[in-house]
Amino acid sequence: MTESTMIAGATDTPFVIAGRTLRSRLMVGTGKYKSPDEMVRAIDASGAEVVTVAVRRVNLNRDTDDGVLPHLAPARYFLLSNTAGCYNAADAVRYARLARAAGFNEWVKLEVIGDQDTLLPDTAALLVATKTLVADGFVVLAYTNDDLITALRLEDAGAAAVMPLASPIGSGLGVLNPYSIRTIKHRLSVPVIVDAGVGTASDACITMEQGVDGILMNTALAAADDPVRMAHAMRLAVDAGRQAHLAGRMPRREVAVPSSPSVGMLE
Amino acid sequence: MMERAVSPDGVIPVVNGEERTVAAGSTIGDLLRELSVSAAAVVVEHNREIVRDRSRLDSMVLATGDSVEIVHFVGGG
Repeated sequence: MTESTMIAGATDTPFVIAGRTLRSRLMVGTGKYKSPDEMVRAIDASGAEVVTVAVRRVNLNRDTDDGVLPHLAPARYFLLSNTAGCYNAADAVRYARLARAAGFNEWVKLEVIGDQDTLLPDTAALLVATKTLVADGFVVLAYTNDDLITALRLEDAGAAAVMPLASPIGSGLGVLNPYSIRTIKHRLSVPVIVDAGVGTASDACITMEQGVDGILMNTALAAADDPVRMAHAMRLAVDAGRQAHLAGRMPRREVAVPSSPSVGMLE
Repeated sequence: MMERAVSPDGVIPVVNGEERTVAAGSTIGDLLRELSVSAAAVVVEHNREIVRDRSRLDSMVLATGDSVEIVHFVGGG
């Protein structure tokens, strides 16, 4: 917890997924950084515990090693493997099982992409893959649309957390439909983590103000001019948004209400 | 298509999508050592079956046409 939130009244309920208490509501990806060193410093500045990774073929024709694990202290981070790049349920299940065989944990950030231009999820295939993986003992965190009905179906299918998008992956457009995000959070019992689309700190803050349990982001950090500074900003923004949500915002009014007394004015 | 006239002692598995000639009798463990890949740092899938127990890699003999996928974790979101 950052110093700015260590004040009286700033207590929060623990952030728990599938029985595991997580120390940060901000989760971050490890893709698209200019260098491993920049990635490590940005993740450190973000305060994240959960970091996502992708499964890919080892490049056998090159001396350079693109593996990410040598850069991540295993005791410090909780690895969350994704199924990014999978366009059907069978592929996503295959990638999830390969990731599990690495031996770290049984969690998966399940993505089944339906369209190359928008990278929006194929929610029908996502449900199929969720059911298969839950039956196989996985803790499934399902990346999905900001659609309540799909979110409810994913919860019914046994997803440990539902991850609606703020806006398309890598778009940085921020939260396009706060109402949907809020509604999903209201209706689900499992944690709701907004995944994808956050572009800058205000986006993260507004997202957390909707009451969701956490945010996962990658490009907003990796593609910032200064990823380490942006990671620090996001950490503060997630905390700020969370605290504002817990504090309960004042009602919106269409007319002004004076803040200073209207009595005691000079004659 | 590449010339396939290998020595009678060679077999040609498909490793990460590419045909590779290895000595007949080679195991997946031998292949990984030849490629300078640490078995502990990767996950291997042999003919679509994940090799969960890495100690088996040294007893899994390769044949021509076998599919071997060697994967690891890379940066991703």
